Amino acid sequence: MKELIRSLTECFGPSGHEEAVRALIRRELPRGAETRVDAMGNLIVHRTGAAGGRRIMLAAHMDEIGIVVTHVDQKGFLRFGNVGGVLSMPLTGGRVRFAQGITGVIGLEKLEDPSRVPSLDKFYIDVGAPGPADCPVRVGDVACFNRDFEEVGARIVAKAMDDRIGCAILLEVMKELGRSPHDLYFVFTVQEEVGVRGAGTSGYGVEPEIALAVDITLTGDTPECAPMAVALGSGPAIKIKDSGMLAHTGVKDWLLRTAEAGGIPCQREVLVRGTTDASAIQVSRAGVPAGCVSIPTRYAHSPSEMVDYGDVEAVVQLLLRALAEPVDIG
Amino acid sequence: MLLQRLSEAHGIAGHEEEVRAVLLEQIRDRVDACRIDGMGNLIALKKGTGSSPLRVLVAAHMDEVGLMITSAEESGVLRFAKVGGIDDRVLPARVVLIGPKRVPGVIGVKPVHLLDKGERDRVTESRQLTIDVGATGKAEAEKLAPRGEFAVFATEFIALSDPSSGYRTVQGKAFDDRAGCAILVELLQERFPFDLVAAFTVQEEVGLRGARVAAGAEKPDAALVLECTGANEVPTTRDTSPSTRLGSGPAITLRDTSFISDPRLVELFRTAAREKSIPHQYKQPNIGGTDAGSIHRARDGVPSLTLAVPARYIHSPSSILDLTDFENTAALAREALHRLPRGFVP
Ligand SMILES: [Zn+2]
Ligand SMILES: [Zn+2]
Repeated sequence: MKELIRSLTECFGPSGHEEAVRALIRRELPRGAETRVDAMGNLIVHRTGAAGGRRIMLAAHMDEIGIVVTHVDQKGFLRFGNVGGVLSMPLTGGRVRFAQGITGVIGLEKLEDPSRVPSLDKFYIDVGAPGPADCPVRVGDVACFNRDFEEVGARIVAKAMDDRIGCAILLEVMKELGRSPHDLYFVFTVQEEVGVRGAGTSGYGVEPEIALAVDITLTGDTPECAPMAVALGSGPAIKIKDSGMLAHTGVKDWLLRTAEAGGIPCQREVLVRGTTDASAIQVSRAGVPAGCVSIPTRYAHSPSEMVDYGDVEAVVQLLLRALAEPVDIG
Repeated sequence: MLLQRLSEAHGIAGHEEEVRAVLLEQIRDRVDACRIDGMGNLIALKKGTGSSPLRVLVAAHMDEVGLMITSAEESGVLRFAKVGGIDDRVLPARVVLIGPKRVPGVIGVKPVHLLDKGERDRVTESRQLTIDVGATGKAEAEKLAPRGEFAVFATEFIALSDPSSGYRTVQGKAFDDRAGCAILVELLQERFPFDLVAAFTVQEEVGLRGARVAAGAEKPDAALVLECTGANEVPTTRDTSPSTRLGSGPAITLRDTSFISDPRLVELFRTAAREKSIPHQYKQPNIGGTDAGSIHRARDGVPSLTLAVPARYIHSPSSILDLTDFENTAALAREALHRLPRGFVP
């Protein structure tokens, strides 16, 4: 699975430009899978259930955060805005990659007050262009942060772990899942990072009876960080609440029960800031019981998002167990 | 000129009746069906020639930013709230017209002689400001301008330059988005290959509300939002580009804070503009939001694009628009829509 995670995370896919990720996922799908791409670009894979099951939607988003060029200056430097939640701190000295493969280096102006975290308009990108006329990049072009996948002890690190790790997990579950009573929809969504946009529309189209997002969450296990009772290596995080939704208690209990029955250690997740696709699916049409299985992740929204490989495998196991049996969500 | 009539009509978010009446009168004989929905959107159908199976929504919002009376003081001056995004700095000393009877009032301002030292370089917040309708006391003020009454800037539509001089700028209020409304009326003159659903929407300025229900009900295959967007090519010491430039043609939105334009539609408009030599520009990414923010998320998703007439000083009492930009926006919308491939739906 690590090679799959490597190719997924190294793929180019800022919100609105998920084509390459979608193509890669399509190549990895089990043969003969029933697929369609909806108007927004969500990739929907359907797997018919044996009988007596529910219509369950699992969502992982294909898009990642990035930047969009807002101005090419007189000397050929680029100014940019954010695509999704871009943090200033990890930017300086970093590199970005445009769809055509062009690399840019992120630079920072001389600051009047170096003690304050600079806003994005103080940064620029250098693509090595001698002037605006020779600049290979146009206003409106988007780029992703550029960083290779690496293994670090028991952890794996990459850009866009949020949420290619979720995409990898869905693919793995699709491959490994045996007989299931459920009608399953594996949905690889677009534009999550700019406001859970693809999940709402695909949720409407799929009209599930139960929905689960598989996405990353933050942790509280690094030096002097904000407190949060989620740690790397302690297993899947079962969402209770985040800033966009309250997980359906029946769905949450189903996941907790499944973990317990399977001897899979897991953690209860309360995320103070941030949300997932589940929040949009939950309020589509007349409402959908929704929950989320999260992968604890350090350094989220930086080019080095770190997860524990054991956690990833445990999420796959949890989902395989949960989907193999009939579901009771009360 | 329709743009003038629309600009001078009053219609803050939630009170679009006057604008809608003008539009209804204009389009009634041009369309195959029309209705006013539960929120007040005016929705019209112009059937296609039958050569395309598509159903395309074209939307423009009727509402403008303005004020609402919230209470009267004992002295007879009125407190108000802003409806939509207005910069507090543009308010003092403005003449406003309140309610359907257009009761005139002035947003009070302290004469310069009376300003304390600190006051001179501070912006007075809108909740500190009052509207003076010349009432001598609370009762009289409440009669003239009851609580909940709306107010708009008293702005006459004026042609700024001699149309034959090449500069064809006009000045007025609410070009955002009466310019879009006027273009949409024009588009309804002809038949397109597809069924065109025209939506003149309500409450855009307070959160893209009308468009949401219009798109939900009309189930379009694609959507075009006609807007009027800020041009701000003011001199700056930094090497940056403005949101859009007046006189540089219609602005195509690539992405803003509310949505990402469908790349196929961007390509369609880009190609149409190039091949027909229609001047055009791209709005600087990440600025503002339009009805497309609601429409593209309707139901199972609607590929959308926003095309806008640039105008200076929008969301203020007087904005300036170039009629050539206005005409080119209509021309590009028309040309691109005619080219929409019949197999556009995935
Ligand atoms: Zn995510
Ligand atoms: Zn506006």
